[in-house]
Amino acid sequence: MQQSNTYIIVFSLILTVILGGLLSGVSQVLGPTQRKAVELDTKKQILGAIPAEKEMLAEMTAEEVTARYEQVISSSVTNIKGEVITTDAEGKQLIAEDVNIEKNYKLPADERLFPVFKYSVDGNDAFILPTFGAGLWDAIWGYVAISADFNTIQGISMAHRGETPGLGARITENEIQSRYIGKEILGDNGELVSITMIKGEKNPESKLGPHKVDGMAGATITAVGVNNMLAAYLDYYKNYFDNNVKAADALSMNQ
Amino acid sequence: MSTETLEAPVKEKEGLLSKRRKKFVTDPLNDDNPITIQVLGICSALAVTTQMKPTLVMALSVIFVMIFSNLAISLLRNAIPTRVRIIVQLAIVATLVTLVNEVLKAYAFDMYKELSVFIGLIITNCIVMGRLEAFALGNKPYDSVLDGLGSGLGYSWIILLVAFFREIWGSGKVFGYPVFEAIGIENFATNGLMVSPVGAFIVLGFIIWIQRSKTGYVEH
Repeated sequence: MQQSNTYIIVFSLILTVILGGLLSGVSQVLGPTQRKAVELDTKKQILGAIPAEKEMLAEMTAEEVTARYEQVISSSVTNIKGEVITTDAEGKQLIAEDVNIEKNYKLPADERLFPVFKYSVDGNDAFILPTFGAGLWDAIWGYVAISADFNTIQGISMAHRGETPGLGARITENEIQSRYIGKEILGDNGELVSITMIKGEKNPESKLGPHKVDGMAGATITAVGVNNMLAAYLDYYKNYFDNNVKAADALSMNQ
Repeated sequence: MSTETLEAPVKEKEGLLSKRRKKFVTDPLNDDNPITIQVLGICSALAVTTQMKPTLVMALSVIFVMIFSNLAISLLRNAIPTRVRIIVQLAIVATLVTLVNEVLKAYAFDMYKELSVFIGLIITNCIVMGRLEAFALGNKPYDSVLDGLGSGLGYSWIILLVAFFREIWGSGKVFGYPVFEAIGIENFATNGLMVSPVGAFIVLGFIIWIQRSKTGYVEH
């Protein structure tokens, strides 16, 4: 059966309108639920940077996660100079949870927003910092929990978009992330040295020390991505710690 | 791929599950299985089968897409212009796949994160387009739905079987439940090969081998 060109064009147009309408309708209906799911996921990632919280997360419902988050996290937004800012360039109120780290990553560093999530439970204060970078294939990101001394890592949660399953994708695994716990990011003279994941796996303890973690076999480039990401973002946040956290500490010690 | 033309004399009233119709569902399960016999849809069979849970979601998504794309194409089969039929099929399959993806994003975000790329790739799953071309374009809607269900199930049980072996050997779990710890074997040595796509090739190869030695099927 050979149809006329007009028939084909009309058929295609009608089909396009129907399918397009259907999809935009569905997107409208599901949009709010999807946004909630994304928000909840962000909160889970932030809380997941603290190992004790991560264990609890597995058995928590959505409401419990939100409640816990509001209970233990207080967030703020800072700029590259480490100043806490509350409104953006257009005067709109800034909400740390809504700051899109990936979009900010594409801006020059001095224009970016840097959210800080302060975690406090029973006198344990930690600052959870979002980080973003490039793995081997696509974006990687993470949340690093650092003690108030801006030195000791309390925990880290990492995620990725397209790393190789079984190799680079292992950065999402507990086994890898727990290697960072207790490591130190400052050198002996207080300078930032960050933490490096070294090449190869099952390295002897003597090769590691406070600034190095064991590597992932077959995923050296992902590891380099993680190293660069940590080094860059810890450097961005250094001003915040110098300005606020340490100043506040000094103040409380003087009292 | 064989082109089925089922213009056999249709009786006045055919049972909803007559023998002929049952064959639409049962044939793809074994004798004409899309993965092991027709060797279609292999890429997703390798990619998503490291664990059973995402595999189950993937299987359900494929069944959904197959049934409804078959239905839609079959309903439209007399209106679709022959010259653009492939692009029409593609548009309908893509719409259904996007629907699945959006629903997962809203109600099963963890699954969405894990599967998102592969759900999108259902569009390129040869089983879907293959059934549309070979069956839905020439058959009535109800028969097409059964055919979609059959092919979907045929695909599903194979990938679930592959996932079962890969998860139990690769991580010692079934549906995320640590079976070996439960029966008292604490240090079960998992096989890293099973977690990589190579493991899927091996498991799939064994399944095809066993199945073909039973059915006696040979490639021509």
